Amino acid sequence: MSEQSLFSIFFSAVVVNNFTLALFLGLCPFMGVSARVETALRMGLANIFVLTLTSISAWILNTFILQTAPYLRIISFIIVIASLVQIVEMTIKKFSPTLFRQLGIYLPLITTNCAILGLAIFQTNRGYGFLQGLTFAVGAGLGLTLALVLMASIRESVEFSDVPEVAKGTGLVLIIAGTLSMAFMGFAGLL
Amino acid sequence: MRKTTRSEDLVRGIWKENPVLVQMLGLCPALAVTNSVKNALAMSAATFFVICCSSVLVSSCKRFIPNEVRISAYILVIATFVTLADMLLQAYAPVQHKELGAFIALIVVNCMILGRQEAFSAKNTVFRSLLDAMGTGVGFTIALVMMGGFREILGTGSFLDHPLFGPHFEPWVIFVLPAGGFLTLGFILLAMGYIEQRRRDRADKTAEAEASS
Repeated sequence: MSEQSLFSIFFSAVVVNNFTLALFLGLCPFMGVSARVETALRMGLANIFVLTLTSISAWILNTFILQTAPYLRIISFIIVIASLVQIVEMTIKKFSPTLFRQLGIYLPLITTNCAILGLAIFQTNRGYGFLQGLTFAVGAGLGLTLALVLMASIRESVEFSDVPEVAKGTGLVLIIAGTLSMAFMGFAGLL
Repeated sequence: MRKTTRSEDLVRGIWKENPVLVQMLGLCPALAVTNSVKNALAMSAATFFVICCSSVLVSSCKRFIPNEVRISAYILVIATFVTLADMLLQAYAPVQHKELGAFIALIVVNCMILGRQEAFSAKNTVFRSLLDAMGTGVGFTIALVMMGGFREILGTGSFLDHPLFGPHFEPWVIFVLPAGGFLTLGFILLAMGYIEQRRRDRADKTAEAEASS
């Protein structure tokens, strides 16, 4: 069991080791869904939700099942995540069809988001307990949302500026991300 | 779909449909582990192993996989081989295994591998799927080593741990840090876009010259 305090876990996950900008997890939605602030925000919220559920189920798996069969870790995690996303999708569809329509394709795509599996694995590697894992998940989700929303706001304003023809598209997005990541390096000394 | 020849299956993934540089798949490992050439090579080797084995298995079992659960079946197959790769690396290259850490396990969610299963192995013969997987794997390796080389040379002034410059070289540390990963890939894509645009312009000019003459 790791001895890290809840605050330092939370703060580290939000800014210092931001999942997207420092650990490169969850880049697909970062590139794909960051064109509009509104969708970025919604994607971020969906991610926080799934991350929290994943953290809880990873903790259950680790504590009660995987101790006898550690080699099944990767396989069982990915199955649990896939079914979790499916259940969340069905629940949202049943109780809030509007939200379901707004999230659209992004919801099932969360399964192949490396941030989710990454969270489960980091949590296991660092030996976090239940509360620590929960804090880590919420922090990581907030960090993802922060990065997504920042990126989306920058991209919205870049759209109206005069960018050379060659630079339009992913190249430019990556360079913006690099600059953002440099800005987040400023937090590195805090913890 | 247009029928392709065997050599096309192999070559396509290497440059024209390079998974990282053209299709933008598998970006997480491409950015996260390329701070040195050695890590890039270890990551590529593991990914190459996983994609080849999964393609062979998926294409040989495609008749037994029901259409409704095919994605889950592919993910299971991939996860099995990733576990294998994880154990092999831990046994034979413990240093690299430690350096790569959680990113080995994250090969499971590399969209490039799942994409090849869905787009190619599920419809083609075992041999052609293997060729396709090898091509994609080599393309991935090229992209990773290119980025790893760029970042290691600029960031530490060495290549595969051999110092390249004299003692007065000031390493450009930003390139081995996360920000450098984004910048490197960004610059590579800009350069590729520039080359592509010039080629298009030249083709347009030739076409115009032919039309006017």
